[in-house]
Amino acid sequence: MTDRQKQRLLHRSIVTLAWIIGLLMFFPIFWMILTAFKTEQQAISTPPLLFFEPSFDNFLLIQERTDYTKHALNSIITSFGGTALAMIIAIPAACAMAFKPSHLTRDVLLWMLSTKMLPAVGVLMPIYLICQKFGLLDSRFALVFIYAMINLPIIMMILFNYFRDIPKEILEASRMDGASTFAEITQVVMPLARGGIAATAFLSIVLCWNEAFWSIVLTSSDAGTLVALVASFSSPEGLFWAKLSAVSTLACAPIMIFGWFVQKQLVQGMTFGAVK
Amino acid sequence: MTRTLARLLQAPSVILLLLWMVVPLGMTIYFSTIRYQLLYPERSGFVGWSNYEFFFTDPAFWPAILNTLTLVGSVLIITVGLGLAIALLIDRSFPGRGVLRVLLISPFFIMPTVNALLWKNMMLHPIYGLFAVFAGFFGLEPIEWLKDAPLLSVIMIVSWQWTPFAILIFITSLQNFDSEQKEAALLDGAGFRARFIYLILPHLARPIAVVIMIQTIFHLSIFAEIFVTTSGGPGVQSTNLAFLIFAQALQGFDVGVASAGGVLAIILANIVAFFLIRMIGRNLAV
Amino acid sequence: MRSIRNTMTGLAVGATCLCSAAMAGELTVATVNNGHMIEMQKLTSHFEKANPGITVNWVTLEEGVLRQRVTTDISTKGGQFDIMTIGMYEAPIWGSRGWLEALEFGADYDVDDILPAMRGGLSHDGTLYAAPFYGESSMIMYRKDLLDAAGMMMPDNPTWGHVADAAAAMTDKDNGVYGICLRGKPGWGDNAAFLTTMANSFGAKWFHQDWKPALDSPAWNHAISFYVDLLNNYGPPGSTGNSFNEILALVNEGKCAMWIDATIAASFVTNPEQSKVADKMAFAQAPVAVTHRGANWLWAWALAIPSGTKQADDARKFIEWATSKEYIELVASVNGWGAVPTGTRTSTYENPNFLGAAIFAEAELKAILSADPSNSTQDPTPYTGVQFAAIPEFQAIGIAVGQQFTAALAGDISVTEALENAQAAADREMRKAGYY
Repeated sequence: MTDRQKQRLLHRSIVTLAWIIGLLMFFPIFWMILTAFKTEQQAISTPPLLFFEPSFDNFLLIQERTDYTKHALNSIITSFGGTALAMIIAIPAACAMAFKPSHLTRDVLLWMLSTKMLPAVGVLMPIYLICQKFGLLDSRFALVFIYAMINLPIIMMILFNYFRDIPKEILEASRMDGASTFAEITQVVMPLARGGIAATAFLSIVLCWNEAFWSIVLTSSDAGTLVALVASFSSPEGLFWAKLSAVSTLACAPIMIFGWFVQKQLVQGMTFGAVK
Repeated sequence: MTRTLARLLQAPSVILLLLWMVVPLGMTIYFSTIRYQLLYPERSGFVGWSNYEFFFTDPAFWPAILNTLTLVGSVLIITVGLGLAIALLIDRSFPGRGVLRVLLISPFFIMPTVNALLWKNMMLHPIYGLFAVFAGFFGLEPIEWLKDAPLLSVIMIVSWQWTPFAILIFITSLQNFDSEQKEAALLDGAGFRARFIYLILPHLARPIAVVIMIQTIFHLSIFAEIFVTTSGGPGVQSTNLAFLIFAQALQGFDVGVASAGGVLAIILANIVAFFLIRMIGRNLAV
Repeated sequence: MRSIRNTMTGLAVGATCLCSAAMAGELTVATVNNGHMIEMQKLTSHFEKANPGITVNWVTLEEGVLRQRVTTDISTKGGQFDIMTIGMYEAPIWGSRGWLEALEFGADYDVDDILPAMRGGLSHDGTLYAAPFYGESSMIMYRKDLLDAAGMMMPDNPTWGHVADAAAAMTDKDNGVYGICLRGKPGWGDNAAFLTTMANSFGAKWFHQDWKPALDSPAWNHAISFYVDLLNNYGPPGSTGNSFNEILALVNEGKCAMWIDATIAASFVTNPEQSKVADKMAFAQAPVAVTHRGANWLWAWALAIPSGTKQADDARKFIEWATSKEYIELVASVNGWGAVPTGTRTSTYENPNFLGAAIFAEAELKAILSADPSNSTQDPTPYTGVQFAAIPEFQAIGIAVGQQFTAALAGDISVTEALENAQAAADREMRKAGYY
């Protein structure tokens, strides 16, 4: 076997292995989607059914019982809103930290992360009472703000990490061209770190999307997100696995489709290699 | 960018987070020193350390600390290890790469409670779960996961959900890797092991540190997965600190004791963070 | 001191109150996601049609989460809900705190038609604070075909000894049939609820007259040992994680020969659309050991109005509608008599259409009538409640004790150790709460 053939064989087996791992990782979700098309009786059958006549009854029932679009809209507003707010605050701050670090930078970053160390359930009463005082129970605004705050430290941390990959020479070059700080950030840093920014924003959106404590505790009928919708189908008295699978499929479908569209962006990476 | 401007740009994030931290934390510390049981609003008053004492003397306290650390440590090792391996595997071009990426990341899209319900009933249940079916297929006795290995089951479920997070961070970082450098190393005839140790690992040190820090914070306060699958049992085998606080706050509705538990959780988190920083903090350093 | 706490909160947040008053004519109802409530949600259009100007918004959550939500809301006077769905555990406690509006209805409502056990369990000092929407007790559900094949009989009031014999006779592990399935997942509403009824019947109780926990008694030891032996010998694998739904799945797949649980399960296991053994099920009263007292539980999901809501009148109108005889007839006319909410009204069990449609009706009524929350143990106790003690501390105690029972079932510790730990945990909570 020549070296080339060896290389190709290696490549093929690595790709095969990657696919096997990917399919295994995805299998529980595949199973959930499959279950969404079963009847409750089929869902609990032993041995589990792989082939069966698919039924859309679960989805029809969900539509009949609840307002999917309202919950989906709330999820979109709160997770995108919270992420946008956090990114607007975080990008300039992370830039400043990456390109003008001081001896405090590391401590500030770690302190930020430490604001996330208090378990949510431990601060339930303070936050609940505050929201109550301000009339912010069951409001999307409160969720947007809370999501921005709980994700801000993570966003700062990850963005800082990506921005530090950008060679300082590039910034210096642009400064000599007389670019303002604003222009530096929007025209130099952001395009260069596009992949990193996209990945960070995406992560934050997913974290908001699945946030299952505040979105249930602080909402009732108006601001309920898809998480609250899923909670209304989880563990009633009686069989529920098929219905829960269907509603979960619906709840994560938008974010999965979104993920599909942005995945190219995510791994675009930074294109400054040639500049060096 | 001047120093002043740099400070100005950081100010909004610092001030907002300071408010976000100080107000609830102040209230939590205050609540932890008073008698505050939601179901007995008429009882109140300063109680000194007794909420802490109650939480601290719970026989489940030390096992819970141990379980918390085991859970965080194991999940970190599994997710970083798997995440790294998978990210390296798919760091090449091949047809269908985009699809594979989405498949690999998708466990992160499922809500934690649903994830736990799915695993408990459809995967791990010793009668109608898929694992039992596979075991039966090979003529093996099905394993009673939630009885014989409750903490391991929780670790498995959490790892499945968080490996995608590590993959996502690692693949984006690998993309930033200078391809010229990689090619040069290849031309030098460096083997995979040499490339991994001298080239890839140093490059990924910072993303690894980031993944570890962020995941640690999340996993220290996991409770939904535990509540749904084992309710902390059998005994206290899968009870962690967050679950103990949850039981006080939302089962016993004792805000005083739960707040004391919250403060203890912050202390534990800071101790963990201190050691983490000593181990990996260099990579975050400026 | 309470006011200092409030001031503190007020100061911390700037003391401005923008509390948005709920819109007039809009009722927000918090409810559990069980089948009967979902049906109520669907039928609400009938109520809205009959009462123009009132619209109803729903917040539907699973039981545990709902309980956390409504408790947080009512104890902080959050005002998020006009009607709350609560259980027999909460109603007397919250009623005694003055958190709920006393319920009074017109003559048409016929409050005397409500089963006395239900009315009693939802009242405090003779005042009704929550109207029962559906109620349940517990009983044995068993496979008549398997029992016949084993050549055995099931008396209407079996003993635990007989149940163990029957379980032994019907167990056929090679074919995946287990003699008995019982709850094992820790939780005050999970294994602790079932085991309390079992222990009651073995002569045990939660607390002595002076509120000292009584978990270290020989009666508890007998009951838990019996349970552990029974499940380890004849129960399915995975029992430590099983609660109502997990066992329901097993029964419907024909894996369990006997199951002792909520009477509401009867309507699921006899439904051919989800059960493979729908035509093979039969019912008997929950087994007894040394006393019949407290051998079967009593529970109701009920609707209540938090005090201070601005829409108490509209809320009362809705509750009057949802828990009326007419509502039961409405459900019957839409979905048939087999689907009506049961366990609340005498008139339901006198209706021949219902008796014809529900083969479990007689056993269910008998179980509900025999349960008495105020007299549920062999020896007198200071608490009410059959499968729980209606005191605020019980939830925290229940989960800690439930975990110990699960540990004993898993074989990690002995029954004696489990009960010692359980006693210590209960003692801690009671001391903290200042009972002694």
